[in-house]
Amino acid sequence: MHTPQTRAAMEALVTPYQVHRDLYTSPEIYRLEMKHLFANTWVYVGHESQTPNKGDYFTTQIGDQPVIQVRHSDGEIHVLYNRCPHKGTKIAIDRTGNTGKFFRCPYHAWSFKTDGCLLAIPLKKGYDGTGLDQTESGKGMTAVGAVKNYRGFIFARLAPEGIGFDEFFGDSLSSIDNMVDRSPEGRLEVVGAPLRYMHRCNWKMLVENQTDTCHPMVAHESSAGTAVRIWEEMDQPEGTPKPAAMQIIAPFMSPYEFFENMGIRTWPNGHGHTGVSTSIHADYSEIPGYYDQMVEAYGEERAQQILGENRHNTVYFPNIMIKGPIQQLRNFIPLGADKTLVESWIFRLVGAPDELLARTAMYNRMINAPTSIVGHDDLEMYERAQEGLHADGMQWVNVQRLYEEGEDLEQTAVLNGTTERQMRNQFHAWLKFMTATMPAGQEAAE
Amino acid sequence: MTFPTKDDLIDFLYDEARMLDEGYFDDWLALWTEDGHYWMPLDYKQADPIHETSLLYEDQFMLRLRVERLNGARTFSQKPKSRCHHVLNRPFVDEMDHDAGRFVTTTQMHYVETRLDEQFLLALTARHDLVLQDGKLKIAQKRVDILNCDAAFGNIQLLP
Repeated sequence: MHTPQTRAAMEALVTPYQVHRDLYTSPEIYRLEMKHLFANTWVYVGHESQTPNKGDYFTTQIGDQPVIQVRHSDGEIHVLYNRCPHKGTKIAIDRTGNTGKFFRCPYHAWSFKTDGCLLAIPLKKGYDGTGLDQTESGKGMTAVGAVKNYRGFIFARLAPEGIGFDEFFGDSLSSIDNMVDRSPEGRLEVVGAPLRYMHRCNWKMLVENQTDTCHPMVAHESSAGTAVRIWEEMDQPEGTPKPAAMQIIAPFMSPYEFFENMGIRTWPNGHGHTGVSTSIHADYSEIPGYYDQMVEAYGEERAQQILGENRHNTVYFPNIMIKGPIQQLRNFIPLGADKTLVESWIFRLVGAPDELLARTAMYNRMINAPTSIVGHDDLEMYERAQEGLHADGMQWVNVQRLYEEGEDLEQTAVLNGTTERQMRNQFHAWLKFMTATMPAGQEAAE
Repeated sequence: MTFPTKDDLIDFLYDEARMLDEGYFDDWLALWTEDGHYWMPLDYKQADPIHETSLLYEDQFMLRLRVERLNGARTFSQKPKSRCHHVLNRPFVDEMDHDAGRFVTTTQMHYVETRLDEQFLLALTARHDLVLQDGKLKIAQKRVDILNCDAAFGNIQLLP
C-alpha cells in the first residue's frame, strides 16, 4: 500500500484508542518514522562514561542513522554522523575506541577534528580552485542537529530545528534524576558490554510492553510461576532466605491487584512510567552499608526520599526504557518494520557497594538476555503478533483499557497501573512528531 | 571410581552432551555439585561472572527452574519444542589432580538448535571443572564461551 506523506494520512492510522496495523508492518511507515519521528524527537545516544577521555568514541545509531559519540578536545561530547564527507566511508568502525586528536578516514586519509571540522586532505592542491570549500564535503563531518548531556545521559535531535530538550522531556527527567541520585556521589558508570538481543518484530511492540502490566502473570507464568512452585516444593523452614533469583523473578507473578495499585504516571510527549506507589523492585533485600552511605551523602530525609521511589519502567519516547531501582537502560533500536535490536545496559552506582552492581547484572542476564527464560516468552509474543498482524480480517490494534473519552494526553496524570494510557500517550506523541514536519493535506503530498 | 582415567573424563563429557540432546534433564541435573554454576560469558575472555552482565550464570535453583520450565503447560516459547545437537571435538584434559580429586577439561564443539523453520549454529568452547564426590564425577563449574558472544542473537532456548 502506498501511504502519502501527509499529516492527514498519518492521522487516519491513529485513533484515540486504536492504531492501524500498518504502524507495525509497513516498510513505508518505518521509512517515514526514520525520516520524521526519529529526526524530530530527542533520541538516546549513549552514556558519557562510555567516552570518559578526550578522543574516546562510541558508535551507535539514531533510528537508522549511523552516528559517533565522541569526547572533543574541550571535554564536551559531540555527536557526528558516522560517514566521511568525501565518499561516505564510515569513519569509525569499532564499537568503541580512542581516536586521539582527530579522526582519519581509512580510505583517502581525509582527517577531521573530533568536533567534525575538516583538518587536512592529502595532496590538497588537487582541489585548488575547484570550489571544494564551498561544498558541504569541504566543511568536514556533519554534526547532528542538537546534543544534550543530561546528568551523563547523551541525547540528540537529528533535526537542526525543533522542540527543545527541556520542553520535550519536562518532568519525566525525574526518573533519570532518581537513578543518578541513588549513587552516593551522584554519578553512574556503564559496566561491561550490553546484551544484544535480536527481535523479529516492530520496535514499538517492545516499547509498549514496558508499561504493559497485564502480561507478566500470563506470559511469564512459565518462568516466574514455576520458580514459585519449585521454591514451595523445596519446603524450606520458615525464614530461610530465598535464593537471590527468587527476589527478582517471583514478583512477576504478582496478582492483577498489585499492578493496579502500583499505578502509572504519564507525561506529555510520550513519556511515562509504571510503579508510582510501589513496584516489583520494592522488596529487594537491603545491601549492608548502602543506606548509611546515602544518609551521609544526602541527609536522612533526602536519602529516604530517593530510596523511597520504586519506579518500575520509565519509557522515554521514542525508544528507551530505564529502571532506576536497578540501574538499567534498554535501547530498542529499530532496524526495519519487523526487526529490532534490543541493547540492555547496566550501570554502577559510583561509590555504592558492589552488591548492588551484582544484583543489576543478575537482573540483566535473568530477564533481558537472549538466553533468558523470561525474555523467551516475551519474544515469542512479539513475533506471534508480528505474524498475526498480517491477518486482513482485522486491521486495528486495540489500546483501550481504562480509556476515557476526551482524555488529555498533553497533561500529566497518575492512574490505575493497568491502564493502557501510556500506550495511547506514545501513539499521541508518535503522531505529533511524525507529522511535525509533514505537509498537512492530501493535496500537498508527494 | 577412585582414579578416573582420561577416558573416564572424556566419556563423562560425551554422556553429558547426549543427555542435553536427548532431553534427559533430571539425569543432567544429577551431574552437578550442590554449589555448581553454569556460566556463559557475554564478553570475550570475560573474567568476572558476578559484576558484569553474562548470558548465563546459574546456580542449581536456576538450572532446575530452566529445565522444568521447558516442559510446562504454558511455556509458550516451547510450543512447539526446540531441539538441539552437540558435535564434540575430542576434549582436552588440561588438569588431572587425583590427590585433590579435581579435573579440568576443555571441549570445542558445534551446537545446533532448531525450532520451527529456524536453525542456528554456535561454535563453543566449554571448560569443565570436575570433582570426584562419593566416587562419582560431578560438575563444579561449566563455562561455555560462544565464539561470536558479542553478536546479537535471537532466542537461545536450550543448553549449549
